[in-house]
Formats: sequence, C-alpha cells, structure tokens
Amino acid sequence: MKFGVVVFPGSNCDHDAFYAIGNVLQKPVEFIWHQSENLANCDAIILPGGFSYGDYLRTGAIARFSPVMKSVEKFAKSGGMVLGICNGFQILCEAGLLPGAMMRNSGLRFICRHVHIRVEQTDTPFTNAAQKGQILKIPIAHSDGNYNCDEATLANLEKNRQLIFRYTTSDGSDDTAGNPNGAVRNIAGVCNRERNVAGLMPHPERAVESALGSNEGLVIFRSMIEALVGAAKATA
Amino acid sequence: MIAAEHGVTREEYARIQQILGRDPNITELGIFSVMWSEHCSYKSSKVHLKRLPTRGKLVVQGPGENAGVVDIGDGLVAAFKIESHNHPSYVEPFQGATTGVGGILRDIFTMGARPMAVLNSLRFGEITPGKNTTEEDAAKNRRVLDGVVRGIGSYGNCFGVPTVGGEVGFEPCYSQNPLVNALALGIAKKEEIFLAKAKGIGNPVIYVGAKTGRDGIHGASLLASAEFTEESKQKRPNVQVGDPFMEKLLLEACLEAMQTGAVVAIQDMGAAGLTCSTMEMASRGGTGIEIDLAKVPQRETGMTPYEIMLSESQERMLLVAEKGREHEVLAVFKKWGLDAVVVGDVTEGGIARINNNGRVAAEIPAHPLAEEGPVYRRPIAAPAPHVESEKDWFAFAPEGTSLTANFVKLLASPAIASKRWITEQYDTSVRTNTLAGPGASDAAVVRIKDPKTGVVKRALALSTDGNGRWCQLNPRVGAMHAVAEAARNVAASGARPIAATNCLNFGSPEKPEVMWQFSEAIDGLAEACNALGTPITGGNVSFYNETLGKSIYPTPVIGVLGILDDASRVLKIAFRSEGDVIVVLDGFGVGATLGSAAGWVSPAPTWRLAREFSSSEYSKTIAGILAGEPPAIDLAAEKRLQDCLIALAAEGALQSAHDISDGGLAVTLAESCFASVGAGLTPPALGAIVRLDDAAPVESILFGERGARAVVSGSPTKLARVLEIARQYSVEAREVGQVIREGSFRIKYKGSPVIDSTVDTLRDAWAHSLERTLAAK
Repeated sequence: MKFGVVVFPGSNCDHDAFYAIGNVLQKPVEFIWHQSENLANCDAIILPGGFSYGDYLRTGAIARFSPVMKSVEKFAKSGGMVLGICNGFQILCEAGLLPGAMMRNSGLRFICRHVHIRVEQTDTPFTNAAQKGQILKIPIAHSDGNYNCDEATLANLEKNRQLIFRYTTSDGSDDTAGNPNGAVRNIAGVCNRERNVAGLMPHPERAVESALGSNEGLVIFRSMIEALVGAAKATA
Repeated sequence: MIAAEHGVTREEYARIQQILGRDPNITELGIFSVMWSEHCSYKSSKVHLKRLPTRGKLVVQGPGENAGVVDIGDGLVAAFKIESHNHPSYVEPFQGATTGVGGILRDIFTMGARPMAVLNSLRFGEITPGKNTTEEDAAKNRRVLDGVVRGIGSYGNCFGVPTVGGEVGFEPCYSQNPLVNALALGIAKKEEIFLAKAKGIGNPVIYVGAKTGRDGIHGASLLASAEFTEESKQKRPNVQVGDPFMEKLLLEACLEAMQTGAVVAIQDMGAAGLTCSTMEMASRGGTGIEIDLAKVPQRETGMTPYEIMLSESQERMLLVAEKGREHEVLAVFKKWGLDAVVVGDVTEGGIARINNNGRVAAEIPAHPLAEEGPVYRRPIAAPAPHVESEKDWFAFAPEGTSLTANFVKLLASPAIASKRWITEQYDTSVRTNTLAGPGASDAAVVRIKDPKTGVVKRALALSTDGNGRWCQLNPRVGAMHAVAEAARNVAASGARPIAATNCLNFGSPEKPEVMWQFSEAIDGLAEACNALGTPITGGNVSFYNETLGKSIYPTPVIGVLGILDDASRVLKIAFRSEGDVIVVLDGFGVGATLGSAAGWVSPAPTWRLAREFSSSEYSKTIAGILAGEPPAIDLAAEKRLQDCLIALAAEGALQSAHDISDGGLAVTLAESCFASVGAGLTPPALGAIVRLDDAAPVESILFGERGARAVVSGSPTKLARVLEIARQYSVEAREVGQVIREGSFRIKYKGSPVIDSTVDTLRDAWAHSLERTLAAK
C-alpha cells in the first residue's frame, strides 16, 4: 500500500497530508511532482490544498492541464482512489472528475475555522470506517468553497448518493447554520458516481491529533487504508 | 537642486563627493540616497540602538543580519524578526500589507529557515465615530483596516504560513498613519544558517525570482523616510505589488538550492532592491562586486540603470554561488520555473561596479557606502511636563454602584472585543503545528516537528505587544510595559521567554521631542529586556510616522519568543471544569492590594490610583479620559510572576492561565469564560463566581491594568500545590472564586454584587462587536 501526494508549485498542504499519512498513521507515502506523469505505483492519490499555480485566474483552472493530472485522470478512470482536499477538490471539479464548481464564499472573505460536517454515506472508500450520520470537527481554510451545480446535477448527486459530507452544527441540528460558505444544500464533499474519486473543502489532514484541536479527520484516511487493505485481500 | 529631491542634505552630498573623489552621477546619487535614507541607514537611531542588550547565551545572530537567530535546542535554531510597513499600508492598504508580510517572510527564508508562523501588530484610527473622530474618518479607518486584513490574509494564506497571532489597537492618532508591523518566525538546523556575506573572489552573483519593473522606486527613501502631506496619495506608484505565489516558489527553490551546498551567501531584495543587496553583501564580506544590469531580467523595456538599481519589485533574491557549481543552483530555480541569471561576480578591492551594456553606470566603494553613512545625534528635548490635577483624572464611582452596564460597554469596545472577525480571515492552522492560535492562549504557540523524523518535543511561543497610549504619557515606562507584557504572555502559555525583536514606530526624528520619546523608550526597553532575560536580536525603526505635522503616539512594539520544553504542557486561557478554583497570582507579592502596586502606602491614596487609572482602557471607553501615568512597573515582580507561571505549567498544576492586561481583572475573568466554548466543551460556556475584598475603589480593582498579575484556575485537589509553588517564587496567590457550570458571571465586592450577568449576554457584546461595526462598512 502506498499513498502519493501530488505537489503543485503552489501546494501548501502537501507536507501536512504527507505528515498525517506517514507520521501519524505510519503508512508509506511519497510526493509526486506536478511535472511528472509517473504516479510511482501509488495505490491512492491525494491532491492537497494550496494555490496550485497561484490561482489568480480561477482556482484549479490551470492545474487541470498539468502533466500529473493526465495521469491522475487515467488512474481515476481505471478505478484508482483519488481524494482532493480544498484546492484538490477545486482541481477535481475543474478536471471534470467530480461534478460541480466552486464560487467565492458567500461572505466574500477567506474563512479559517473549525466546522462540523456530517458523514452522509459510508459506502465509499473515504468514509467506510465512519458511522453514517457521524459528525466530524474539521477546519476549513478557503476563499472559494461555495460549491454549486445545476438542478439536474444536484438531483443526480442526491439520487446516486454522491453527497458524502454536509456542513452542520456541532450537534447536527441545523445544517444551514453550520454552512460557512453558502454551498448549495450545505455540501462539504462529494464523490463521483463510481465512488473512487472524492473531494471535500475541509482539511482532514489538519485534524489528526487532539493537540491540534481535533483528530476527527483521521477517519477519512483510515477509511482509505481499510479500502486499500480490502482491495489487496480481494486480489490476493 | 537634484540632491535635495533625493532627500540628500548638503552635508551628505559633500560626504558623497569625499567618498567618490568626484561628483556622483545620477545613478550613484540615487544609490547613495536610498542607502543613506533613514529607513535603510538608521542614521538617527543608531546612536541610541547601541544601548539595547543584544547578547545572550542562546543568541546565535544578533542585529545586523536579515533576522535574529536563537538556539532552541536539539541542533535547531529559530530565526525571527518584526518589521514595519506603515506608510505603504496607508497609501494602498491591501498591497502595502501584502508586501509587508512578503518582506519579512523573505528575511526569514533568506537565513535558510522555513517560515513557521506570522504575527501582526496593527494600529488604526477609531472605527466608530466619537470624540476626535468623524463618521467620515471612521469609515475611512474601517476601509484601511479591511484592506490591511485582506492583504495580510491573501499573502500568508497563499504562501502557506499560518498567521497565528498579534494584536490590533485603535486610537485617533493612527487615523492618518496606521501601523502595520509583521513578525515572522522560521526554523532551521543550526549548521545550515545562511548569512548575507559575499565571499570568494570570482564567485558568480546570481539574480533569482521575479523580473524587475518600475514599481516601488524610492519606496524606502521617499515613502518610508518622510512624513505624510496632502500630496502623499501621489506616492501610490511608489508602493510595491506583492505576488505570494512567486514568493512560495522562491521559498521552495531557495531552500532547495541551499541544500546543494553550492550557495555561499544570499540576500533578499527588499527596501532599496538591487542597490541594497549588492552593496550590503559586498560590504559585509569585505569584497567588491561587479554586475551587469543588461543581464537583469526586466519586466519593462527601456529601464535606465537608475530605475533598475532603485526598483523595489518584490520576490527577488541575490545570491552568491561557489564558482564552478552555479549550474547546480540554476537547475533548482529552473525546476521551480523561476528566472535565475548570473549577473556578475565577487571581486577584489571593495569596489561595487555596476555596468550597463559595457558602460560603467556606477562605481562606488561598497563599505563606506554601507557602513560609513551619516550618523546623527539629533537634538533631544523633553516636552514641557503636563500639569494635571485631580479634576483631569478619572473619578471613581461611589461604592455600591452596579458596574454591569459599563462592563458590557468595555467588552464591546474595539480594543477589548473579540478579534475573531479579523483572525478568521487568516489561515491559522496550515502546517499543522498550531497548538494555540489567535486568542487561545496569551501567546501564539507552534510546535516544532523534527525536520527528519517529524517527532514533536518542544514548542515555541510568541507574543507581540505595545501600548502607544502609555508610551505617549511616559515613553520609558510604556516601553518597559511592552516588554513585560509580551514576556508575561509568553510565560502565561507556559514557555520561557528567551529573546525579543522590536519595531519602533515614532514620529519625525527631526523633532527634538520625538527624539526624546525615542531615547526614553530605548532606555525603557533596555532595562526591561535586561531584567527579563530577553535580548533584542533584531527589528526595525520606523520614523516619520506623522501626517501634516502631527505625530502618532510613540509605539514601540515588542515581539518576545519563548521555548516550551514539553509541547504537551501549553497553557490556554479557557476555564476547563466546573468547580475549579480561580486564583489571582500577583508578582508584587504579599501585601499588595489588587488596585495598586506594592511599596505604596496601603491603601494607596485615591488620587494616585486615579492618576494611574486614567491611562486605562476603561477610562478611555467609559469616561473618554486619557491622562495621568501608566501603571507603575516593577520588573522584579514581573520576573517573579513569569518564573512562577513557567514552573506551574511545567508541573501541569494548572487548568488555565491568562494574564491581566487591557481591561483589567474583570475582562480577564470574562475572557477565560468565553474561551471555554471553543475549548472542545459543548456550549453553554462556563461561568464564574468571584468574591473580592479590598480597600481600593472597586473600579480600580476590576479594571486597573497594572502588570505582574495573572488569573489562573486549577482543580481543588491541586490548590495546595499551586499555593506552595507561588510561595517559592514569592508570588502572592489569592483564591478569589470558582468556575461554575450554569453560565452566570458574578463578581461581588465586599459582599455585594458589582457585576452580575450571564456569560451569554457578556459574550454576545464581546464576540460580535467588531463584526457588527466592520461588516456595516
């Protein structure tokens, strides 16, 4: 089992994802340079947060054309596990690997704070170790996390149970009140129809030790590890 | 005369002629004018700065390099420095603030250290109309604040460094001259620190990073080294434009290039750009330097040597590589998609020669230019003593008055209110080291992961502080308070203060009374830094903070760095458990009343208390009075309290600690209640019941701001131990109340309630005040 963390020149959460997997969870992980088309036989790819190529145009708009993304697309289409966090989520939307697009936060400001998200689906490789309805306290840090898509896409997302994380309050009682950025239907994270590609705006890699204020992001990486272990057993 | 337009005096011009043995050409005049500007040369402050303590056991690098460096154990060092970007931030708030952050980050990674944290110390004019502030002024101040906050956020967030703390203050004197001071901290291995000394004759000089444009020409000399007038808006083109993505590339590329072992020296191009970097590198190395401007990557066509040398385009570096290994360095920059060009080499003989297409554009002896510039002993004159009497001072309310309404008003005042609306616009958690972000602890605390293994042992704590109001009333005592409070904040997080950096914001040095303030402040800083064991390792001086002849309050801002030997022992301000005992620790020792300092007749005469209280936040907010004197300071008492807090933290004896500062004891208690919501507890917040008994007037006890005190809480089972440790340090520990579950906030004085409210009511006033004011722009 090996994780790959893609490094765009403006990635700034690459080290954090690397630390969460390599140091906290003690699993093999390596960096993959954005100009490389070789995914180094990784079993799961993480597109980390940051500002890929500066993102002065539109978040992730240039990153989708990078050499590494060609390989990530191929990898995803062949069933490989890909998780996009924050800027990584934006890139996956731009690349068409996930539906929808990001708008500027409804308050028109960058927001960094702990939010609460509810796990809506557990039959994905990113949530299988969580309980359905489990509430996770995880920080966000973004200007453009206002997820949006057209009505037809929304209907499909609901029907195919692709909405995997929704913003909510700490007790889960009021999703709208817990929504920090105006995302449609309080969507914090989605997966593709095949369920092997997912993106979320909150940063689970920043919620991996209680000293940091929460370790509730670990369940996402643990899910991925379990899925990889399961897949390895199935092929063995 | 053209020299005067450059801000060069007649005497300075004669000096230039003497150094060169001839008249300078226009490019040379430009170079001298920026190098000898107040901003770059410290010509008015040098003679005073010498009085600051700069040495210590842990100091690896004191003032004079890009940043100060201190030993933090296990083969690691911390590089840190604070710098001002005041004038650009008024002319163009967003870009002024971004480039302020960019500049200080470059100073850190130029030393080979990866930036770990940024703090900001900000001062604005009042953001609500009132005495001395019109609605128009208030609206403008809100716009400036908004631009500065967005600028700081946009740069740090993209660059990927957490902005973990700092402070924000408001006074009418900053309305035409806000202060934007940015502090950055980085970590490096001790043997991998880089200095800016050109070495090795024949070694190539490499220009890296962004292309040079016409932006920021004369930023240092004309914008930073002159006061503001009506025409200052015309200086907008002198403000630089920041590109955090470029800086991020530069960071990664520089650190990677340093790892090749082929980099000999490196210097960032900040103030005075290519001029400062070439001249200072040669001067420090005792060498000469020769560069060809035709090779400098340029963003615009037809730039003259004068423009290229004086441009302050951002995100550029100059480095010296080992001869024959330059390709290794160039390859790293190519990988990161950055321009990197050999523009010249290190030469013998000490002459800096600037060529342009085969013609000599400037030829100057580097050392005399960089080190033998003018030094002024400016005239000093104390202002006439302000004669005050009791009628100028705060009049204490009669005993028995309910103070709840005043307390709510104080909590909602911009100075005291929660700064969450601001700090949430900053990424505070990137790099996953933030153990205490804004407002969680008295200091910002970041842990240190071992660069190789990722294992965490220690943490670093940082706090910036400065009280312009107190310095206006008494610059020496005010400056001492700034050091004491920053160090106390660090100690209240559990860390041991080890070093300091300073940003000295003052008016025009050409005014004798401003120089008096400066000189007094330096003496205060020196005394406090000596007493508290925090040598000054760097910083900057910002003069000419005045508009239309009116100076700001003298505002020395101090950043203190501390080490926490066990990262798991961070002390935070939040009350944690119902039933915990609340204790006031007082470094003045047994016998001091809460309202006054020890050594006074107890009870202190009311007029004395009133004089001191008139400089408090409460006096300003409730009575509109700013007068009197800052609270008396006793550095030995500060030291006792700090040592006591560090010992209590190391033993894990406390649940919370919060120093008593702006707004006094009552605000401190309330903030510890408010913070309990965010501390992982489910709302509602914890409350407090406090009983006080003292001879002094109740307002001076609840809202007085004298130092050397902290509010701590601990479980009843550990109380005896807390009291014992306090006794060992000769600190008085006074048990004043309990943490309660039901969310009331009640303070009784001599048995009758003086503040009686719910935590929710108080919290609402405190938490949303800034947001309500600023969102209503």
